[in-house]
Amino acid sequence: MSNLFNSMIEWIDKRFPLTSNWKAHLSEYYAPKNFNFWYFFGSLALLVLVNQLITGIFLTMNYKPDASQAFASVEYIMRDVDYGWLIRYMHSTGASMFFVVVYLHMFRGMLYGSYRKPRELLWLVGMCIFFVLMALAFTGYILPWGQMSYWGAQVIVSMFGAIPVIGDTLQQWLLGDFTLSDAALNRFFAYHVVTLPLVLLVLVFVHILALHETGSNNPDGIEIKENKNPSTGIPVDGIPFHPYYTVKDIVGVVVFLFVFCGIIFFAPEMGGYFLEYNNFIPANTLQTPDHIAPVWYFTPYYSMLRAVTVNFLGIEAKLWGVILMAGSVVIFCFLPWLDRSPVKSVRYKGPYFKIALTLFVISFFVLGWLGTKSPTPLYTLLAQIFTVIYFAFFILMPWYSKIDKNKPEPKRLQE
Amino acid sequence: MMADSFSISEKMSGRRKFLVAATSVAGGVAGAAIATPFLLSMMPSERAKAAGAPVEVDISKLESGMLLMVEWRGRVVWILRRTPEMLETLEKIEDELADPNSEKNQQPEYAKNRTRSIKPEILVTEGICTHLGCSPVFRKDIAPADLGPDWLGGFFCPCHGSKFDLAGRVYKHVPAPTNMVVPPHVYLSDSRLLIGSESEGST
Repeated sequence: MSNLFNSMIEWIDKRFPLTSNWKAHLSEYYAPKNFNFWYFFGSLALLVLVNQLITGIFLTMNYKPDASQAFASVEYIMRDVDYGWLIRYMHSTGASMFFVVVYLHMFRGMLYGSYRKPRELLWLVGMCIFFVLMALAFTGYILPWGQMSYWGAQVIVSMFGAIPVIGDTLQQWLLGDFTLSDAALNRFFAYHVVTLPLVLLVLVFVHILALHETGSNNPDGIEIKENKNPSTGIPVDGIPFHPYYTVKDIVGVVVFLFVFCGIIFFAPEMGGYFLEYNNFIPANTLQTPDHIAPVWYFTPYYSMLRAVTVNFLGIEAKLWGVILMAGSVVIFCFLPWLDRSPVKSVRYKGPYFKIALTLFVISFFVLGWLGTKSPTPLYTLLAQIFTVIYFAFFILMPWYSKIDKNKPEPKRLQE
Repeated sequence: MMADSFSISEKMSGRRKFLVAATSVAGGVAGAAIATPFLLSMMPSERAKAAGAPVEVDISKLESGMLLMVEWRGRVVWILRRTPEMLETLEKIEDELADPNSEKNQQPEYAKNRTRSIKPEILVTEGICTHLGCSPVFRKDIAPADLGPDWLGGFFCPCHGSKFDLAGRVYKHVPAPTNMVVPPHVYLSDSRLLIGSESEGST
C-alpha cells in the first residue's frame, strides 16, 4: 500500500513540484519557535476566507441581484431554504469575524514590528488585502437592499462625488445611473462575487509567498536566519511549520469555532452590531433612517469622515472628511518607513512607543464607539480630538521612535 | 539567471531596441483601446438616461406647514407649503447660514431669492443632503432638546448632523458645503406643479 502511495507521489513529482512545495512551505519551512497567542490570527483569517467563499457560493444559488427582488430573496433564504438561515448567518458572522481576526493580525504586526525591513513588501501586500476586504464588506452589505444597505451605499458613493472636477462623472460611472439604483446593485453583486474574491485570492497567495521568502517575524523581532546551524543550514531557533505550528493552529481553530458557533447560534445579529436592525426594513429611497451608522468595523473611519466641520486651507469640510477617512487607512502603508526605532519588537522598545501605541488603540476604540452614535456637539468634539491622536501616532512616529529609550535586543529568542 | 534576462537589453542592437519599444507602445495602445468599451459600458445606459421624465404633482391638497414627498429620477423631492411664521424665520437666522443669498449655483435663476422658490410659500427642493446624500429629517418643532434653543425649524440630517433652514439653506459649521438643490420646476396652474422641466412643452 505504502509502496503504491510512494510510487504515485514519485509519478506526480516528475510532473508537478508537489514534494518540493510541501517541504518549502510546510514540513521544511522553519518558523521561529516562540510564536505566541498573537500568531493565531493569520491562519484564522485563512479559515474565515474559506468559510466566506463556501457559504458565499451557496448564497448566490438563491439570491437575486435585482432591486425589486433582492430583499425578498434574502428573506426567502432565511425562511424557506433548508438551512438557508445557517448559511447566511455563517456568511454574515464570518464578515465581522474576518475583521476581528484581521485587526488582531495587523495589531500583532504593530506590536512586534513585523512591517519592518525586510518585510515591507509583505506588509504592503497585506494592506492591499485589507483594502480589498473593505471593498468586499461594502459591496456585500449592499446586497440585501435594506435601509442600511441603501443609505450606507449612498453615503460611500457620494464621497467620490466630493472629488473636485471629476467627482460627478466618476459617481455616475460607479453607479451606472444618476442615482443609486438597480444598476448599481447588479454591478456591486458582480464585484462582490467575482472580481474582488479573485483579487483577494491572488493577493493572499502573494502574501504567503512573500512571507515564506523573508521568513516569519517573531515576538522578539530578531532574525532567526542570522543564526543558522552551520552543518544543516537550519536556523537554530526555528522549528518546522508542520507539524509544530499546524497543530498549534488547530488549537486556535477549535477555540475560534466555539466563539464563531456561539455567535451564529445565540447572537447572529450581535445586538445590532453585526446585522443592523434598520437593514431588516426594505430600502426606501424617500427616507433615510433616523439613525444611520456603518457596521462596527467601519465606525472608526466613519467618525473621522464626519469630524471635520470647518473649511480650511481652501478645501471644503466635506472633502477634508473624505481625505481624512481615506488617509486613516492608507497611512498604515507608510509604517515601515515611519518607524525609525533600532529595535522591532515592543518587548525592547522604550516607553514613548508603548505610550503612543496605547493612545492609538484607545483612539481607535473611542472613534469606533463614536461612529455608532448620532452626532452631537460633544461627540463631534471628541471625534476631532481622537482623530488628532490617531494621526499623531503615525505622523510623530519618526520622531518619538528615534529618541526612545530602548532595551538591547537579545541574540537568541527568549523562551 | 534572472539578472541575465533583465540585462539582455544592454546587448541589443539599436534597431532591436527600437522594435521592442515600438511593439510595447503599440501593445499599450491596443490595451487602452480594448479597455475603453468595457469602461464606457459602466456609464448610465440609454434606458437610465431616458428615465428622467418630469413628474406632475397636484398640490391643491397640500396644507400649510405640510411636506409632500415625490420621487423624480429616483431622488426624493420635497414640496413644503410654508406658513407665514415659517417664512418669518428665514430672515432671522441669516447670520447663521453659510450661503444666505444662494450665491452658489444650487438652484435655477428663478429660485435665487430668500425663500428659494417661485411662490414664496411653496418650497420645492431635492430632499438630499449636499454632504453625502442622506435625506434630512423635516424638523418643524421649535427649540427641541436635541437641536438646541435657537432652532426655529428646518431640516436636520441624521447621518452627519448637517442643518438646513426652511428654505433648504445650509447652516455654517456643518459638514454639508452647500444649500440643497432646487430642481427645475414650473407651475402649470395654481394647483399643478411640474418637476423636472421648466415648460409644459418640453415634456
